Amino acid sequence: MILIKNGLIYEASNKADATGNFVKKDILINGNKIEKIAANIKEDCKIIDAEGKHVFPGFVDMHTHLRDPGQTYKEDIYSGTRAAAKGGWTTVCAMPNTDPVVDNISTVEYIKRKAKDIGACKVLVIGAMTKKLEGKEISEIGNMLQGGIVAVSDDGGCIQSTKIALNTMKYASNFNIPIIVHSEDYSLSGKGQINSGKMSTKLGLSGIPALAEELMISRDIMLAENVGCHLHIAHISTRKSIELVRQAKEKGLNITAEVTPHHLLLTEEECSSYDTNTKVKPPLRTEKDRQACLEGLLDGTIDFIATDHAPHSDFEKEKEFNLASYGINSLETAFAVLYTELVLNNKMDLSFLIDKISTKPSQFLNINCGLLEKGKAADIAIADLEAEILFTPENMVSKSNNTPYINKTLKGKIVTTICEGKVVFLG
Amino acid sequence: MENSHNFIGRNLFDLDDWSADEIQAVLDATKVMKEVNQRDYKKLPILRGKTVCTLFFENSTRTLMSFELAADRLSADLVRFSANVSSLHKGESLQDTVYTVDAMGIDLYIIRHSYPGSPQLVHKYTGKPVLNAGDGPHAHPTQALLDMFSIWERTGTLKGLKVTIVGDVAHSRVVRSNLIGLKKMGANVTICGPKTLMPGYMQEVYGCKVEYDLKTALKNADAVMGLRMQLERQSDGLFPSLEEYTKLFTLSEETMRYAKKDALILHPGPMNRGVEILPGIADSDRSLILEQVTNGVAVRMALLFLILGGKL
Ligand SMILES: [Zn+2]
Repeated sequence: MILIKNGLIYEASNKADATGNFVKKDILINGNKIEKIAANIKEDCKIIDAEGKHVFPGFVDMHTHLRDPGQTYKEDIYSGTRAAAKGGWTTVCAMPNTDPVVDNISTVEYIKRKAKDIGACKVLVIGAMTKKLEGKEISEIGNMLQGGIVAVSDDGGCIQSTKIALNTMKYASNFNIPIIVHSEDYSLSGKGQINSGKMSTKLGLSGIPALAEELMISRDIMLAENVGCHLHIAHISTRKSIELVRQAKEKGLNITAEVTPHHLLLTEEECSSYDTNTKVKPPLRTEKDRQACLEGLLDGTIDFIATDHAPHSDFEKEKEFNLASYGINSLETAFAVLYTELVLNNKMDLSFLIDKISTKPSQFLNINCGLLEKGKAADIAIADLEAEILFTPENMVSKSNNTPYINKTLKGKIVTTICEGKVVFLG
Repeated sequence: MENSHNFIGRNLFDLDDWSADEIQAVLDATKVMKEVNQRDYKKLPILRGKTVCTLFFENSTRTLMSFELAADRLSADLVRFSANVSSLHKGESLQDTVYTVDAMGIDLYIIRHSYPGSPQLVHKYTGKPVLNAGDGPHAHPTQALLDMFSIWERTGTLKGLKVTIVGDVAHSRVVRSNLIGLKKMGANVTICGPKTLMPGYMQEVYGCKVEYDLKTALKNADAVMGLRMQLERQSDGLFPSLEEYTKLFTLSEETMRYAKKDALILHPGPMNRGVEILPGIADSDRSLILEQVTNGVAVRMALLFLILGGKL
């Protein structure tokens, strides 16, 4: 048993779209569940003093690239789950673009087994929609579901053929799992390096137009409406994309969307010095798009925040911009970044943020997490909001450090993370 | 000649971090160097003991010759690394290549690369001054300086001139550097070409005029620059045929009638005669096309002199 004393505990509101608040209470953990939440609990057991600290339900990430199997020089299940734990995440969903691709039950089982054996947090598996993510043949979704996948996605890629996209959605809809899409029309994105706009013109880099995303989202919404399946838009990034989701939701379609911390906070301006840590897909967009992402999150069009943690090693980023890999490392930095930039700058309440990184994604996955209540999983992140945290290549727990926030000081430090009743991180 | 501005150790990635005064100082120094190049004995001892390295990751014989001749004329030691990017892909990274070369003791780098931002990387890896000899479609500042010098030498000023640049703006490194430089020097630039070869936001980013009709673009121009049009853009689906392109955008005696009577003609070369420019114009008295090549050597001498801190 563990007793967390005197922390400010997140209490979700009962109302659907309202958020909660923080009250000073104790939490008693028994085994892997929360046993009791009350003031002044007395118990003779291990005690964590959370005086002056905030206590959150562990964060849940819908979009994580753990790179395992196959690209373990970038990250693996050991390092990735520890990076997650350091960032307050207690559940992450592993994306299937590994090597080999997660398009079969044995790879699903490999990840689940390894995560259970050596992982610091829970790992859920997302299976590929098509074999080898080639956008040609449907993968064995039924088999993978038996292995325990929670959703399907060809993330990293996008099924270009409308016919195959339609059939894959139809087939997947049979299993009632979310279909997560990375929306990109390759004929328009081409060899694009950054957002197609003022910055690409200035830097002489080829651009990825907003249209490349918007066209695919609009296609997939129409397909999902036709099929009647649950479509989830990954890392939404443009104003019009958000408008499309808003309209679809108004129509009552089963469409959801996520946004990354970097699309909420950064724009194409960040690319001005050819810093390859800003190279990501979808690209950092314009200030208007960024504002729209924030508004979309605030008004509920966007359902939650997901990191799209995409680690790449130094040699893949320390090179010419055109040759560098796409992706931003995010698990460790995300909470501090979001807290510093959004909560401290009064763009949202702390409780709203917690809702978007814990409660909402848990509801989406239908898992017993995301709330601090009796009977819920003992997944907890304790933060010292006054404490500063500096991310350096030396102190990153991830195997990679490809983030624009490297060497920056932020506020909001996770000091303890508990997953399934075990302390998995102590800062 | 004194180095009144502090150019020592400066990088030339593009003209955006060089002020109008500094650009003028380069033009002035170029004039001196041009005079040297017209002597019988063309060599100056001012960079003796300095080592200049050309890093050419993309073929460009003319630009390489021009830079190497400039370094030779100033008595610098010259080493060359050339490789094409595709062979580099498989092996050594740019970082490793540059570390290796730098270990030999280089004072200044001149880099040509097909990817934008590469000059910045060479500086990051070495701390040495870097001259950008063209980084993909991004920038080619020495070309812009020689273009500006060529016009300025004839007109005495760049202020208030209307300069029209015609052609494949999207794939041109020359345009962007010229837009930045000419604007700083007070010229008004109009760019013209098919919409499919025109990047977005040109006006917002560079403060230039954008026209899609050649005659309108040429109206009252003091100087006109044609850009190289490559056949491969046709298969990229950006325009239908060279023939139609020529009909719409070639610099001919007929279309040049819309410009000022004695408007100067420039082209960064190599030219596609009969496509973006007709021989009657390319070879006319007002054409500066060969003069640009001559001036290129002088501009590059001036830059090497200013940055490596020689004294005349
Ligand atoms: Zn993606």
